[in-house]
Amino acid sequence: MSHKTIEQFSEEAKILIADYVTRVDDLKAKERTKIPAQEMPAQDPSIRVMNLDEVALGYTMEQARIEAMRCLQCVKKNCVDDCPVKIDIPRFIDHVAHSDFEGAAGVIKEASLLPAICGRVCPQEVQCQQSCTVGKALKDVDKAVAIGRLERFVADWERMTGKISIPEIKPETGKKVAVVGSGPAGLVVAADCRRQGHQVTIFEAFHKLGGVLRYGIPEFRLPNDIIDREIETLSAMGVEIKTNFVVGKTRKLMDLINKDGYDAVFLGTGAGLPVFMNIEGENLVGVFSANEYLTRANLMRAFEKGKADTPIYPSKKIAVLGGGNVAMDAARMAKRLGAEKVYVVYRRTEVEMPARKEEVLHAKEEGIEFLFLQNAKRILGDEKGKVNGIECLRYELGEPDSSGRRRPVELANSEFILDVDTVIVAIGNSSNPLISQSNPEIKVNKWGNIIVDENQKTSMEKIFAGGDIVLGAATVILAMGEGRRAADSINKLLSGKSDTDNIIQN
Amino acid sequence: MNKILFKEQLSKDVYLMRIAAPMIAEERAAGQFIILQVDEDYGERIPLTIADADINEGSITIIYQVVGKSTLALSKMNVGDEIPALVGPLGTATHIEKFGTVVCVGGGIGVAPLHPIAQALKNAGNKVITIIGARNKDLIILEEEMKSIADEFIVCTDDGSYGRKCLVTEPLKELCERDEKPNMVIAIGPPLMMKFCSETTRPFGVFTQVSLNTIMVDGTGMCGGCRVNVGNKVKFVCVDGPEFDGHKVDFDNMINRLNSYKEIERDVHNCYLDALVDEKESKI
Repeated sequence: MSHKTIEQFSEEAKILIADYVTRVDDLKAKERTKIPAQEMPAQDPSIRVMNLDEVALGYTMEQARIEAMRCLQCVKKNCVDDCPVKIDIPRFIDHVAHSDFEGAAGVIKEASLLPAICGRVCPQEVQCQQSCTVGKALKDVDKAVAIGRLERFVADWERMTGKISIPEIKPETGKKVAVVGSGPAGLVVAADCRRQGHQVTIFEAFHKLGGVLRYGIPEFRLPNDIIDREIETLSAMGVEIKTNFVVGKTRKLMDLINKDGYDAVFLGTGAGLPVFMNIEGENLVGVFSANEYLTRANLMRAFEKGKADTPIYPSKKIAVLGGGNVAMDAARMAKRLGAEKVYVVYRRTEVEMPARKEEVLHAKEEGIEFLFLQNAKRILGDEKGKVNGIECLRYELGEPDSSGRRRPVELANSEFILDVDTVIVAIGNSSNPLISQSNPEIKVNKWGNIIVDENQKTSMEKIFAGGDIVLGAATVILAMGEGRRAADSINKLLSGKSDTDNIIQN
Repeated sequence: MNKILFKEQLSKDVYLMRIAAPMIAEERAAGQFIILQVDEDYGERIPLTIADADINEGSITIIYQVVGKSTLALSKMNVGDEIPALVGPLGTATHIEKFGTVVCVGGGIGVAPLHPIAQALKNAGNKVITIIGARNKDLIILEEEMKSIADEFIVCTDDGSYGRKCLVTEPLKELCERDEKPNMVIAIGPPLMMKFCSETTRPFGVFTQVSLNTIMVDGTGMCGGCRVNVGNKVKFVCVDGPEFDGHKVDFDNMINRLNSYKEIERDVHNCYLDALVDEKESKI
C-alpha cells in the first residue's frame, strides 16, 4: 500500500468539496451517504518509526467540511446517547459543515473540556461512531461519520488560531477543593469546580502534570504540547498546582480537610501496580511492565538518547504481551527506540482486541507483527538472568466467556519458542495502593479499587473519587465522565444543597 | 522550595546534605525514602533514604554516594541551590517496638539509612548492638553518631585499616552464637552484604530485616520496576517495602535486576566525566 501524503488528501478534498459546497443544506440523505469517507492523513510509516512526532496529522479544512457533510443530522441522536460526556455531536458537526469552527468549538465545550485530547484517544468506534446511522446504512462501522477526527479538527483549529477562551469563573465562594492526581479525571474536576468559584488545588505525585496522558500515552499519539495547553488554561483560571506531592504520604488525606481547610477532596490517583501474568521468568532482566517501559520513554524522555539520564533497556527483539491501547503504545514506542522486531502476542484474535482500530492499523503499517491466538507460557533466560526467549502456546477460540468474548482455549502440545530479548507485559493494572494503605477506613473492593456511590462519593465524608482508581484500567473519556459527575456532586455539596437527587446522571 | 541548607563531604565519594523540605520532615518516619531529580526535564529519579529530619528547621538529611552521572551532578550542587524536584516520604516506615536485643548491621553507605532506625529502636527501649563496616577506613561514615546510641559497638574493615579486619558477618555470627541470641537483626548495605548477613543468621533462626534499594522509576506503586521475589511472592519495594524479611528475599534475582542498565549507565557516566574534564580544560 503506497503512502498518501497530506498534500494529496488536501488536493482531492478541494476538488471534491467544490461539488457540495454550494448546497450544504440541500443535500439529500442518499447523497450524503455517497460522499466518500475522509481518511486521516498520517506521517509516512517508514519515516515516523524514526521520530516521536504525531502520527495522525489531522484533517485539512476541506476534509473536515466534507466529512461533516456526511452527517445526516438524525433526529434521534444515537451518537450523543453513546458519548460518555454527551457532546451534542450533530450540532457541532453542522457548524463544521458550514465552516463555523468557532461555533463548533463552543458546542463541544458545553460538554467536554478536553476535546483535543478526546478527539485523539477516545475509542470512538465503540462509542459515538458505533451507533452512527451512516455507518449502519453502509453496513460498516469504519464508514461511520468520523466524529473523533472532527472533534480533533475543531480543537486543533481553536488552538492553532489562538482562539482558546478561558471559561467564565463565578464569583469566589471561599470554598476549597483538593484534587489528587492530574490525570484526565482530575483535570475535569479542577476545571468544573473552579468554574463555580471554588478555590482548587491539584496535587500531583510526579514532577510533571497530566498523569497517564503524560507518562502513558506517547508523544506520537498525544503530543505533550496539547497537555501543556490544557494545563495552562487551568492555571489561567486560577487553579493552584502542586507537583511532587503525594497525598497520603507528603500530607495525610484527612489533614487536607482537618488542618488545611479543604471542604472536599477528589481522588483521581489512577491505575496502580501493573498486573503480571504470574508465569515463570517474569522477574528476569529484560521483562518490564508497559507502565515502566512507557514511563521511561515518555515522562522520563528516554527516547532522547544522550539528553535523558533515565536509561531504557537496549532491545533488538521485543514481545509485547496484551492487546489493548497500552500494548499498542508500548510496541510502537519500542520500534521507535530502535528494536528490529516487535511482536504483539495476543491470545484471542484481532476482532477481540480492545485497542482502538486506528492504533492497530498504525502499528501494522509500522511493521509490528501480530501473533494472534498465542500466549506466553514462560519466559526463558540465559545464565546471566537475561531474557532470551518466550515459550508460547497456541490457542483457539471456544465458547463466549463472561465478557461476551469467545474464550481462548489452549491447544495441547502446541508449545514453540519465540526468540526475543525483551518482554513487555501490558495486560492491565491493579489499583494504586497508596491511598488505601494510608487510609484503611476508605472502602475498597477486592481489587483495591475505591468504592463510590452513584455520585462518586466514597465511604468517607467529603471525599470523592473517580477514574481508574474506581474503574480499574479504563479509558480517558470514562475517567473524564466520572470527573464531571464527581465535580457536580462536589459543587452541590459546597453550594449547601445536600440533596443529590438532581444530579444529572451521565 | 527544596533549598540545600548544608553540605558536607563525609568520605571520598560520600556526601551529606540537609535540604529544606518542611512537610516531609514532619511526616517522615525511620525507614522511609525520598526521590529527587537534579533536572526536572531530563534528570532521572533517584531514590534516597532519609537519614534524618529536623522539624524545627524544616529539613531532611540525605547521605549519598557518587556512583553515576546523577549523583555526581547532585554532589556538584551547593548550599543555596534548589533541588528541582523532590518528593516523599515514600515507602513504608520501619516497624519499631521493643524487641529486646537488636543487632544493627550497616555496610558502607548503608549506615546512613540505618542510623534513624537504630535511634528509633534505642528510643523504644531496645538493647542496640551495632556493627558497621566498610572496605577501608576512609569509607566509614557516621561512626560517632552510631557509637553514641549503641550499647555495644563494633567497627570492621575489609582491609583492616580500621577496627577489626573482617567482614561484618564475622561479628554477626559471634553475636548469634552467644547464649542470649539477639531477638532481631537489621542489616542495611550493599545487596551482597545483606544477602550474606541473612545467610549468617538463618541457621540461628534470628529474624533479619533488610532494606532494599532496587531500581525504581515512580516510587509510588505504578511502574513495577522495583519488584522483588520475597518468599516466592512478587513484592514492590516502593510500596510494600523497602524493608523485608532477609531470609525470604531472592537476592540473586534482585542483584541481577539491579545490573540491568549497568553498561548503559557506565557509558553515560563516562560521557559526563569527559564533558566535565572538557569543561575544566576549557576554563584553564
